[in-house]
Amino acid sequence: MDKTDTLHAKHFEKVVDCQYACPAHTPVPEYIRLIAEGRYTEAYMVNWYSNVFPGILGRVCDRPCEPACRRTRIDEPVAICRLKRVAADQRDEDISEWIPDVPAVKNGRKIALIGAGPASLTVARDLAPKGYILDIYDREKAAGGFIRTQIPAFRLPESVLNEEVNRVLDMDVNQIFSHEITSLKGLLEKDYDAIFVGTGAPLGRDLNVPGRYDCEDKIHIGIDWLANVSFGHFDSIAKNVIVLGGGNTAMDCCRTAKRLGGTDVKVVVRSSFDDMKASPWEKEDAIHEGVDLLCHHVPKRFIVEDGRLVAMAFELVNSVYNEAGRRTLESTGEPEVIIPCDEVLIAVGQDTAFPWIERDVGLEFNQWGQPTLNEETLQSSIPNVFFGGDAAFGPKNIITAVAHGHQAAKGIDAFLSKVSIEKQGFKLVSQKMGVHDWSYPNFIDETMRHAVPIVDLQTALRNLSMEVELGFDERTAAQEALRCLNCDVHTVFEDDKCIECNSCVDICPMDCINFLPNKDELPLRASLRVPAMNARQDLLVSGHLKTGMVMVKDEDVCLHCGLCAERCPTNAWDMQKFVSLETYF
Amino acid sequence: MSYKKSHFQHPSLKRNELGLTYRDYEGSLSTLCAGCGHDAISAAVVQACHELSLPPHRVAKMSGIGCSSKAPTYFLGQAHGFNSVHGRMPSVATGANMANRDLVYIGMSGDGDTSNIGFGQFAHVIRRQMNMMYIVANNGVYGLTKGQSSATAKMGSTSKKGAVNPLADIDLATIAIDMGATFVARGFSGDTAQLVTLMKAAMAHRGFAFIDIVSPCVTFNNHKGSGYSFDYFREHAELVNMSDFIPIREDILVEVPENEVREVILHDGSMIRLKHVAHEHDETNRLDALSALHKAHHDDTVLTGLLYVDPNAEDMHDVLGTAARPLNDLTEKELCPGMSILDSINNGFR
Ligand SMILES: Cc1cc2nc3c(=O)[nH]c(=O)nc-3n(C[C@H](O)[C@H](O)[C@H](O)COP(=O)(O)OP(=O)(O)OC[C@H]3O[C@@H](n4cnc5c(N)ncnc54)[C@H](O)[C@@H]3O)c2cc1C
Ligand SMILES: Cc1ncc(C[n+]2csc(CCOP(=O)(O)OP(=O)(O)O)c2C)c(N)n1
Ligand code: SF4
Ligand code: SF4
Ligand code: SF4
Ligand SMILES: [Mg+2]
Repeated sequence: MDKTDTLHAKHFEKVVDCQYACPAHTPVPEYIRLIAEGRYTEAYMVNWYSNVFPGILGRVCDRPCEPACRRTRIDEPVAICRLKRVAADQRDEDISEWIPDVPAVKNGRKIALIGAGPASLTVARDLAPKGYILDIYDREKAAGGFIRTQIPAFRLPESVLNEEVNRVLDMDVNQIFSHEITSLKGLLEKDYDAIFVGTGAPLGRDLNVPGRYDCEDKIHIGIDWLANVSFGHFDSIAKNVIVLGGGNTAMDCCRTAKRLGGTDVKVVVRSSFDDMKASPWEKEDAIHEGVDLLCHHVPKRFIVEDGRLVAMAFELVNSVYNEAGRRTLESTGEPEVIIPCDEVLIAVGQDTAFPWIERDVGLEFNQWGQPTLNEETLQSSIPNVFFGGDAAFGPKNIITAVAHGHQAAKGIDAFLSKVSIEKQGFKLVSQKMGVHDWSYPNFIDETMRHAVPIVDLQTALRNLSMEVELGFDERTAAQEALRCLNCDVHTVFEDDKCIECNSCVDICPMDCINFLPNKDELPLRASLRVPAMNARQDLLVSGHLKTGMVMVKDEDVCLHCGLCAERCPTNAWDMQKFVSLETYF
Repeated sequence: MSYKKSHFQHPSLKRNELGLTYRDYEGSLSTLCAGCGHDAISAAVVQACHELSLPPHRVAKMSGIGCSSKAPTYFLGQAHGFNSVHGRMPSVATGANMANRDLVYIGMSGDGDTSNIGFGQFAHVIRRQMNMMYIVANNGVYGLTKGQSSATAKMGSTSKKGAVNPLADIDLATIAIDMGATFVARGFSGDTAQLVTLMKAAMAHRGFAFIDIVSPCVTFNNHKGSGYSFDYFREHAELVNMSDFIPIREDILVEVPENEVREVILHDGSMIRLKHVAHEHDETNRLDALSALHKAHHDDTVLTGLLYVDPNAEDMHDVLGTAARPLNDLTEKELCPGMSILDSINNGFR
C-alpha cells in the first residue's frame, strides 16, 4: 500500500467517526470535552457555529453521529446528541457577545430565501455577518418550517424552538411571513441577486387502496394531521387508531394520537421491524408509550360500513432478500388480517412539490422531478438560484438541511463575489504536556452509556406539550462526556523517528499497531495482528522503515488513549489534535 | 496521566483452549523506560503462554534484581511470582521447584543478575538440570543502577559517556551449553515472532532451557559504540535457523519442503521444525553448537535462533529420583513415615 497521505485532511477527518458522519461536521469531541469541563457556553457556541440549532438538535436530531461513534464498536455510543442538549440547557442566558456582528451598512447584495425552515435560516445565519440584505419568505405565520409544524412539543418545547429561530431572524433578516411564493418567474424579475429555495418536501404521500375516499374525515395524511394538531385545529382522535408507515412521521403520529385520546394505537408497516425507517430510539419510545408495532402487513383496503370506518384489511408478507441484499415482500398466502379501527393516519412518505416553479422558466429537473444541482454549491441550472434542505434532494432531516444551508451560503457568496471556493485547510496541535501528561482526558472510561431520565409515563400521556425527556443533570453529563474517546486527537506517526522497538505494538490495548512487510491493501489487512475486517475504517500506513518493514495502524478501534505515544522512546508517535481552519462567516 | 491500560480489547481477539485472550495473560502496566526491550520480552511471554493455553495460575515467575528482574510484574498477573535477591533467583527457583514440580517455571534475569553477581548460581542451576525456562534480558549494562557495563558488554565497546570496556565479555549461550544446558537459544526483543516460537519450545522442553535475549536498554546503552544497540544487533545478527513450533495437538500435515529442514520432537510430543539459514551446524550436537558460537564470537557476529537442543534430556527430578508427587502435596504421614523406617535408613549406613 502507498504511504497514507497525511498532508491532506481526509485521513484525519475520517478517523473522527461522529464528526465525519455529521452532515454539518460538528466538532463533536471538542464540544464534549468542553462539557466535561463545565464550559457549557463555549460548548454551545462550538455547536452553534456549525449546526445553528444546538438546543433543537440536542433534542430531535436524527443523530447520524451516534451509530457511527467509534464506541459502538467497543460498547455503546456516546450520548452525543443529549450532551448537546446539556450545553444548551446549562449555557449562560446571554450569549450576545459570542454572536457575530451584523454590519449596519450592507454589502449591496440582496438575497431571497423561500421557506423559513432550517435550510433557509442557515443560509441567513451565514450570510448576515457578511452584510447581505436578506428577505425570508414563508407561507406560515412564523419561521421554523417543519420543525415548528411537524415535530410535536413533547419532543421539542416551543420556547427552545423560538429562541434559536429568533436568534437568526434577529440578525437583521427581513421577515415576510404568511406570504406564499407562487411564481419563480415573478421572483426572478425582482431585484434579487440570488434566490435560495428551501421549501422542504411538504407533500404527504397518499395511499390509494379501496375505501380511501369513503370516509375522509377519519382518514388523514399524517403530516397534514400533525400540522393541524400543532396549529390547534385538532385536539382529539378516536379510540382505535391505525398509523400506516414506519418512519419518523409515523412515530410522531402514534405518540401524538396516544395523547389525544387514542387508547388502542397500532403502527402497521409493510417491512420487518429492523427495516423500519424510524430510528431504533424512536421505536423504543413509541413502544414504551404503549403503541403496538405490527410488521409485515400490507394495507389492502379500508372497510367502511354505513359511512363509518370500522376496520382495515391487510395482507401478510415476508421480507425476502436477494443476493445483492435487495428486499422484496412476498405474500405468505395466509388469509387477510382485519384490524378494527375508527381513525387512520397515513404516514407513508413525503415528496417535494414545486407548483410555483414555471416549467418554462429554464430550471432543469431530473427524472425524479428534483432540480439538477451542483453537488458542492447547490446551484441550479439558473445560476443565481440555489436549493437546499428537503427541497434539494427529497426529505432528509434538520442537520442535512443545515449542512445544505452552509454549502449554499458558500456557493452564493462565491458566485456573487466571483471567486472560487477554497478549502481552508487544517493544523495538528500536539497535546503532549509531559511523559505521561496530555492536555486531553486520555484516561479510558469503561462505564456504559447513561440513560436520559424521562417524565413518568402517565403524566406524559396526559399532556400534549409536556417534554418527555428531562435531559442529563450536570453530574451525569460530566460522566457521560468522559466516555468520549477524543477521536479528534490523532495518533500521528513520523517514519524517520521510529527505531522499530515494538513498544507501541505491545502497549496498545486494542492491537491497532503492526510492523510488517508491505503488501497490497487486502492481503495487508488480512495479515495484521488482528485482521482489519472493517473496510470502512482506513489503515494508516508509513513509508518503508529502516528494516524495510512498514508500520500499519488499523484505525478501527483505536481508543486514542495515547499509550503508544507514551511508550515510544523517540516520540515517533504523538497525539495531535486536528483543528479545522474552515469558517462559516 | 496514564497509570492504567484500558481493559477494553479488540472485539475479535483470538481465544485459546481455555477461552482466554492474550490480554488475560498480561500483568500490571510496566514502569520501565518507554521503549525498553524488556517490555517486548514480556509481551512475547504473554503471547507464548496464551498460545500454549497455559493456565496462568500454573506458572511461577522467578526473578532476581534489575529492570529485567522487575519485568515479571508486567506479565501473567495471575501467576505465582518471587522477586528475590540480586543474582539468587536460581536458588530460590530450585527450592520452589523442589517443593512443587508441577508448576511451569519461568526465570527472568538480566545480564548483570546472571553474568556478574549471579554467575555462580547460574552455573549450578544448569548443572542441576532444573526444569525451567531461564531467560536473560541482555542489554550489556546494569540498567537499574544507571548503566554500568556488565560482564556481557562487548570488549572494546564504549559506554554512553565514551569509556572503553577493557574486559573480556562473557557469552551466556556458550556458557550455558558448556555447563550442560539442554536447550539453548538466542533471540532479540525486536523480533517477537521468533521469540515466541523459541519460548514455546523452551517451555515444552523438560530440563534446563535457556534463552539469551538481546534487549536494548534505550536509556543507557543504545548509542553508537555500544554492542547492544538496535543498530549494532541488526548489523551483526546472523540467523542460524528459522523455527516453527508445532504443538502436539495439531496434525503434523504441514508439508516439509526441503531437506535442510530438521524436526526435533520435544518431551511433550510437540515438535520444533528448524530451517537452516546461515549455518550448517547440527543443533543436536553440542560440539557443533559450541564451535559455531566460538567462531561467531571471533567474527563479531551474534548468532540467533535455536543453538542447541537435546531432545532426550533428563531433568533434576529424574536425576535425583524424587517422588513423582510434588512435595507440597505430600501429607505428614508420607513425609514422616515413622520410627521403623528411620531405623531402617540408619541401618543402611551401618
Ligand atoms: C413528522 C415529522 C417529524 C420529523 N422529525 C424530525 C426529527 O425529529 N429530526 C429531524 O432531524 N428531522 C425531522 N423531520 C424532518 C425535518 O423536519 C425536515 O427534514 C426539515 O425540517 C427540512 O428543512 P427545510 O428547511 O428543508 O424545510 P422545511 O422545514 O420543510 O421548511 C420549509 C418551509 O417552506 C415553506 N414553504 C414551502 N413552500 C412555500 C412557498 N411556496 N412559499 C412560501 N413558503 C413555502 C413551508 O411553509 C415551510 O415552513 C421530521 C419530519 C416530519 C414530517
Ligand atoms: C546484592 C546487590 N548488589 C547490588 C545491587 C545493585 N543492583 C541493582 S540492579 C543491579 C544490576 C542489574 O543489572 P541487570 O541484571 O543487567 O538488569 P537490567 O537492569 O540491566 O535489566 C545492581 C548491581 C543490588 N540490588 N543487590
Ligand atoms: S468516541 Fe467521541 S469522538 Fe469518537 S466517535 Fe464517539 S463521540 Fe465521536
Ligand atoms: S492511541 Fe495508540 S495505544 Fe491507544 S488504542 Fe490508539 S493506537 Fe493503541
Ligand atoms: S534503564 Fe534501560 S533496562 Fe532499565 S527500564 Fe530503562 S531502558 Fe530498560
Ligand atoms: Mg542489564
